[in-house]
Amino acid sequence: MLKFILRRTALLPLVMLGVTFLLFSLTQILSPEMRASLYIKDPRQLDSIAQIIKEHGLNDPLLIQYGRWLKRLSRGELGYSETANMPVTSAIKAYLPATLELAVATIIPVLFLGIWLGAMSAVRKDKLTDHLLRAGSITCYSMPVFVLGLVLLMIFYGKLGWFSPGRYSMDTDFIVNGDPFRHFTGLLTVDALLNRNWTVFWDAAKHLILPAATLCIGSAALMIRVMRSSMLEELGKDYVRTARAKGLSEWRVIYLHAGKNAIIPVITIASLQFVRLLGGVVIIETVFDFPGIGRWGVSAAQQLDIPGVLGFSLMTAMLFVAGNMVADILYAWADPRIRYQ
Amino acid sequence: MFKLNARTFNRIKSNKASLAGFVIVSFFALTALFAPFLAPAEQGANPYMMPQTGYSSEPAPPSKTHWLGTAEQQYDIYHGVVWGARTAFKTGLGIVLISVLVGIILGGLAGYAGGKTDEALMRITDIVLSFPSIVLAVVIVAMLGPGLYKVMIALAAVSWPAYARLVRGDVLTIKQRDYVTAAKALGAGHGRILFRHILPNSIYPVIVVASLDTGAVVLTAAALSFLGLGSPVGYSDWGQLIAMSRNWILGTAGNPFAYWYTVVMPGLAIFLFVLGWNLMGDAFRDIADPKQY
Repeated sequence: MLKFILRRTALLPLVMLGVTFLLFSLTQILSPEMRASLYIKDPRQLDSIAQIIKEHGLNDPLLIQYGRWLKRLSRGELGYSETANMPVTSAIKAYLPATLELAVATIIPVLFLGIWLGAMSAVRKDKLTDHLLRAGSITCYSMPVFVLGLVLLMIFYGKLGWFSPGRYSMDTDFIVNGDPFRHFTGLLTVDALLNRNWTVFWDAAKHLILPAATLCIGSAALMIRVMRSSMLEELGKDYVRTARAKGLSEWRVIYLHAGKNAIIPVITIASLQFVRLLGGVVIIETVFDFPGIGRWGVSAAQQLDIPGVLGFSLMTAMLFVAGNMVADILYAWADPRIRYQ
Repeated sequence: MFKLNARTFNRIKSNKASLAGFVIVSFFALTALFAPFLAPAEQGANPYMMPQTGYSSEPAPPSKTHWLGTAEQQYDIYHGVVWGARTAFKTGLGIVLISVLVGIILGGLAGYAGGKTDEALMRITDIVLSFPSIVLAVVIVAMLGPGLYKVMIALAAVSWPAYARLVRGDVLTIKQRDYVTAAKALGAGHGRILFRHILPNSIYPVIVVASLDTGAVVLTAAALSFLGLGSPVGYSDWGQLIAMSRNWILGTAGNPFAYWYTVVMPGLAIFLFVLGWNLMGDAFRDIADPKQY
């Protein structure tokens, strides 16, 4: 197992190097004047662009420029993001926790619903419940998240006034940014609990529900399908027949015997889904005006804030690669056959 | 993988879900085909641009002149939905075609040549697959500047690696077959072996699977348009129509759903389009991999 983990992690730095090279090459589509903004730390420097181009050799060959940029990157200098109004590193620190919080709030109900409904669908294969669940899951799976998000906002924000966009409301803003409120993790709900501030906790949770529900609907649909087919496979195996022959109750056979084994692929798919949410948040954060890295990345792309775009995509790729690696390791841990390929 | 033969077609025909999907997709195809008759544009005007009647920013509900109502700035939603079907087919099939072509060439090359070429090409696919596809697409569009064709380029650039890997895997097994060895023994050149003997036996499944991904691709393209990175304002594009509706989700004081049609009409179009492709795709995958029940 250790050997597998080592072999899998050994590739990581190489892939990340490739990622930085790909992103840097993409910036070469832009003119040197536009790329100069990468080297601006302060908006006041905007007047001296010609000087910056000369100083940083923005007309040099690609590889030389890339080497120089990589050196800056390794020192953590990512430039100044105009859309965020702060250096890229601070922007990542400010926005990433919100995204992670949203992703965690999404994956928990996804797992729960996926396992529960998927198992139910498999147990009642070809009965009405199964047909309804299958039809429901393909419907949800085909639903564009941005349409669903807007419709949910229309109902729960416009009509009922239960939830609103953003990460917290105006009143909470004073408390969160006030002095006594301490930020331990950056995850607002967790921080609120640690501060024992129930108002903030309730407010933050209320703002998470709608975007998380929107993201959850599409992901849960996929999870139901995975759980269903995995459960069907287990239910057809000999040990299930043995368990039944021994006279165990149907509930024990289904949940304690087949269910336990059927969950393994679901857990690995769930870790992949969690990583994939990083793509989903790009749209959902924009719809719900949720201040995470996705919304920042999109507005950076719209306004050609190159340091912002690069910082956002580098960060996402890093999380994506690391997350996929964890999923692979989980998979190998659950299924030893994978390790010896 | 499956073979395209009479048995496969019979199984597709007997699957009600795939039939429903086929009907939905055909409906959109007919809409796209007959768009000039369903929603004729004014003489000399670009038919893809939604006609604007008036300059009020407030959307107007469905009426006799505007069957599906108007979006903000009085863009006709009906016209946008009809011509949007054309945009959807154009972007979807365009992206799939480019990415499959690139995937087949590079994947075939990697699988056939093996060794360093294979290693290098596969590491490139690793790098592209290190991003959630929409994130890399957003970066590419940001660099190229917004526009429908740029969205197509960006999405093709992020989707070819998946096909390249698929083709490579197939080529790796097929090149071990006896008839390939026989062709080599007869003195056939590399080009002939790859293009005449190996690829024709490995690309059809890839093409079918890929074409069924059209729904997903159109969804991502619509998402990019929604984010303001796609077609120009006023272009018939479902994603953009929905972006326009974002300011109108709140309705008026007495009627919270006053502007429901601005979201629901184009939203329904995207949803049904994607659903149709997914229903067809699902049936194909069931047939391709019967193990999955």
